[in-house]
Amino acid sequence: MNPAPEPASTTSDSVRPALEVSNLHKRYGDHEVLKGISLTARKGDVISILGSSGSGKSTFLRCLNLLEKPSQGEIRLCGESLQLKANRDGELDAVKSRQLEAFRARMGFVFQNFNLWPHLNLLDNLALAPVQVLGKSRAEARERAAALLKKVGLADKEKAYPLQLSGGQQQRVAIARTLAMEPEVLLFDEPTSALDPELVNEVLGVMRALAEEGRTMLIVTHEMRFARDVSSQVMFLHQGQVEELSPPEQFFTNPVSTRCREFLSSHL
Amino acid sequence: MDLHGFGHLLLAGTWITLKLAFVSLFFGLILGLLGATAKLSSIRVLRWIATTYTTLMRGLPELLLVLIIYFGTTELLLRMFDVYVELSAFAAGVAALSIAFGAYATEVFRGALQELPKGQQEAALSLGLSRIKAFWHVMLPQLWRLALPGLGNLFLVLLKDTALVSVIGLNDLMRQAYVAAGFTKLPFTFYLAAAFIYLLLTILFMQLLSLMEKRANRGYAGGLR
Repeated sequence: MNPAPEPASTTSDSVRPALEVSNLHKRYGDHEVLKGISLTARKGDVISILGSSGSGKSTFLRCLNLLEKPSQGEIRLCGESLQLKANRDGELDAVKSRQLEAFRARMGFVFQNFNLWPHLNLLDNLALAPVQVLGKSRAEARERAAALLKKVGLADKEKAYPLQLSGGQQQRVAIARTLAMEPEVLLFDEPTSALDPELVNEVLGVMRALAEEGRTMLIVTHEMRFARDVSSQVMFLHQGQVEELSPPEQFFTNPVSTRCREFLSSHL
Repeated sequence: MDLHGFGHLLLAGTWITLKLAFVSLFFGLILGLLGATAKLSSIRVLRWIATTYTTLMRGLPELLLVLIIYFGTTELLLRMFDVYVELSAFAAGVAALSIAFGAYATEVFRGALQELPKGQQEAALSLGLSRIKAFWHVMLPQLWRLALPGLGNLFLVLLKDTALVSVIGLNDLMRQAYVAAGFTKLPFTFYLAAAFIYLLLTILFMQLLSLMEKRANRGYAGGLR
């Protein structure tokens, strides 16, 4: 008797990486900021991206959802490839804007400067995209928004406006706003760099909890201790190239690259 | 308000003036938004068209524009298509005033758009909103707040510019005052009455504008941007 064929969908679902980036390049004129970066994040991976300023780490993150247009490369989300074509300036544009919008909806992005919408109260900041993009009813979206605000410790602020909050509170709301879309991957672009030192921990606490939930996260950060504690992998970029990619135990105690050693000795 | 039996005429004229101002405001705002989007567009032809538009319209006296549109359109259509079309004074007035208003509003909207932090749009796009939805739900409401003081000012100017349309025979407040003054030989009374009405409208709209600005600034504690 023949062995029953393995059902293709279940195997590939468990093996299929949440996010795959291959050979990503980004050029500004003659200057090449990213020189072919590849990265695979499996479901539940927390990958910290480190590097000195100008190493291209923020640009890399912004290229993943095309806030910045890459010059070359491939991006796959849960096995689905984002269709790209070169425009006149040699940058890659999405072939179908619908697909790009769907990709972005599934990839949460947390900005350094929060970028909450100051004209909407917190509840509406969280509910706007689920209503407009996912087609949820306003009532359903608000209910979920309230639950998420509670989750990030701001249950009593539903009707407050963003500019009435501290930076740490705003960043927690911004994280909740991305969670409202139930994304498959979360991208954090230096989420604590714009915060006063005493507000950093409340944001890191929320991120830590998300990591423990098993969310897939890519985090550009300068918080070394946090990176060591929560990461499953640490990627070190230098001048647009991956210098080191290793688990945190190895990365922080015994890195292979000398540049990485230098970086660590000046940041620890 | 009787004014030797001409009071109701002045009121009728005021109504026409208001109608003219608001219809022109409506079309002018649309032109202004289109103009600003065109000026900031990445498409060169659009930028060029918008720049030509604002330069030309801000360079011409509004009175000239009113005359060109009212008399010029008829002549043009007659010569080109051999049809005689008489534009109503109201339509010509709306066209001239909204085109002029649109040119100034383009600059106000452009300034406001540039003042909005780029991250506002990026946040919307990053959540999967289309460009149009991002503009409608995120940019436009904030644009409104930034543009309101400038637009309010332009509207007050527009309200008074409606008087120019009286030269092509529209029975607005200005023209009714002129007619009444001529008929009764009491120019002082009627021009003063008209002045009083214009002033009253202006004060009314200034109050309304400040209310709208307050409402638009909700959530911006202490005048923060």
